[in-house]
Amino acid sequence: MSQPRIRVLVGKPGLDGHDRGAKVIARALRDAGMEVIYSGLHQTPEQIVEAAIQEDVDVIGLSILSGAQMTIFPRVKALLKEQNSEDILLIGGGTIPDEDIEVLIQSGDAEALFTPGTPTGDIVAWIKERLGVDSPPYEHA
Amino acid sequence: MSFSAWQEAYRSLRERKGPFMTVSSVPIEPLYSPDGVKGFDYEKDLGYPGEYPYTRGIRPNMYRGRLWTMRQFAGFGSARESNERYKFLLSQGQTGLSVAFDMATIMGYDSDHPRAYGEVGRVGVAIDSLADMEVLFQDIPLDQVSTSMTINAPAAVIWAMYIAAAEKKGIPSHKLTGTIQNDILKEYIAQKSWIFPPEPSMRLITDIFKFAREQVPKWNTVSISGYHIREAGATALQELAFTLADGFAYVEAGIKAGLDVDDFAPRLSFFFNSHMDIFEEIAKYRAARRIWARRMKEKYGAKKQESLLLRFHTQTAGCSLTAQQPENNIVRTAYEGLAAVLGGTQSLHTNSMDEVLALPTEKAVQIALRTQQILAYETGVVNTIDPLAGSYFIEALTNQMEEGAEEYFRRIEELGGVLSAIGQNFFQQEIADAAYRYQQEIEQKERIIVGVNEFITEAKPDIDLLKIDPEIERGQVRRVQALRQTRDNLLVQRTLAELEQAALGTDNLMPKIMNAVHAYATEGEIVAVFKKVFGEYREQAVF
Repeated sequence: MSQPRIRVLVGKPGLDGHDRGAKVIARALRDAGMEVIYSGLHQTPEQIVEAAIQEDVDVIGLSILSGAQMTIFPRVKALLKEQNSEDILLIGGGTIPDEDIEVLIQSGDAEALFTPGTPTGDIVAWIKERLGVDSPPYEHA
Repeated sequence: MSFSAWQEAYRSLRERKGPFMTVSSVPIEPLYSPDGVKGFDYEKDLGYPGEYPYTRGIRPNMYRGRLWTMRQFAGFGSARESNERYKFLLSQGQTGLSVAFDMATIMGYDSDHPRAYGEVGRVGVAIDSLADMEVLFQDIPLDQVSTSMTINAPAAVIWAMYIAAAEKKGIPSHKLTGTIQNDILKEYIAQKSWIFPPEPSMRLITDIFKFAREQVPKWNTVSISGYHIREAGATALQELAFTLADGFAYVEAGIKAGLDVDDFAPRLSFFFNSHMDIFEEIAKYRAARRIWARRMKEKYGAKKQESLLLRFHTQTAGCSLTAQQPENNIVRTAYEGLAAVLGGTQSLHTNSMDEVLALPTEKAVQIALRTQQILAYETGVVNTIDPLAGSYFIEALTNQMEEGAEEYFRRIEELGGVLSAIGQNFFQQEIADAAYRYQQEIEQKERIIVGVNEFITEAKPDIDLLKIDPEIERGQVRRVQALRQTRDNLLVQRTLAELEQAALGTDNLMPKIMNAVHAYATEGEIVAVFKKVFGEYREQAVF
């Protein structure tokens, strides 16, 4: 029996247009069998959370190269809470300094953050493991 | 020994595991010989430096006359902080300025706009009005320093602020030298900082051409940019072909707007990337000069020599830098800078080692500038012009680049030209495919990146990073709000209304923008007028 596919929203919040990383990750996740929705550019946290809920995703992955991580992650997390959608995993990547990663992980505003040079396979493996996709009780509403 | 005898000898020996390919995945032969450049004609294919088709360089003397301009891209925080950084760079021997704007400025939002929240002063300097521009260039002689500004969708507005700031210092616009990037086509293709749809965006650009011809004749009105196309994942050939295709699209737009090609083509300049593959990059620059000269002369009928010259700025490849062992980036940048100089660049930005992690610290920027100074004063590569000409390998690669670019031009033409190809996601898909292939090569170790997939150390990098104080955003918000209280708001309203009328018609928009800017209308207010008249662009993203 085939398992339901993991659904991921790759989001590009803020005003920055550097979408190389977001697109490479989106394609790698798709090649790994996931259902990937790419938000497109210049999205607000509100737009991203709305799309995530509408698309019923399991994971939101935010790509940030503008230095705005310390405002965007807490905002998206807060919106997810407001919408009772905290079960959606919030992860991200980009040019994010180590000390910011520490703060965001500790505060729970991000579950995992991947920096430049991370093999896409590591991200695929992390998501699958975290969602327990290889063990059965994973299903979609 | 004949070529075939050498081939036999080569094949009888062991070849180490490849693949032997450029950073753009182009396979490379073990040896290049006269066979690879059959039909090579020195006069026709190269010419002397300063002579058509300018393959060897645009000036007869090149770096024997003057060195390239060492121009480090900088800007962060408020105008006050950036002004200090510029003065530091000038005091360290830098010879031109290059302004980085923050994302809010790039996208046409004032610092107090909700969309600007968290982005003010982060990746560049925040400029809301002429008042900020005046602070940005305080104590800097704008008639002696050339200034490059990386601004695109709202380029007309920011340029107007620069001209106005100079005027307020008593410097007339015809004395100003510098560049606005103003290359909207590569925004749709790669960098994605667009605001308006393509057609009104092209109108703003041709209005700038006309205004510059009369008022700011020494200004470079577009910096046709391959840099961002490459950073988005394109190969060297794609960078070359797409950039030149954009250039020809601007030429056609200018001609269509009623200008003589020789009235604006001399002010077009280029901006290329320099990635890690030294010979591929050199071939790219040489091919670029030759293709531009040939097409401008043969296809567009340019007569002035300056219209045929492809002048370019180079920046080393940000995408080649690694977050792992960041000090290694100094070495990467040095090789990339070398390639740019061997390729005959007119100006150069060398990246700082820490730019993969944050904006550069003063120390990192100083090392990057010193890298250029070492190239210029210690290595001897500047002593002779186009030193690699006549190399079988370089000439073969240069020819291959030109042929590949011509093939892309044919495909773009079949798609109906650059704007139409953008609408069909042609460039975007080509670039996304190349970026993905590159990533796959790294993950499968077909490509070794030192410190990333080989020669790894576990230690975390121990370098200081520049931090942007959140107070900067609050201060900037207060300043723009205070400005709106103190300026002559009736005058602002009037100039904005006149701008709207002009936008609805066909008059040149630059004089109206200048009036609004002088009245201290903010960037966001002026852009809002254009959004109302022109609408906003939306892309259908592909990956």
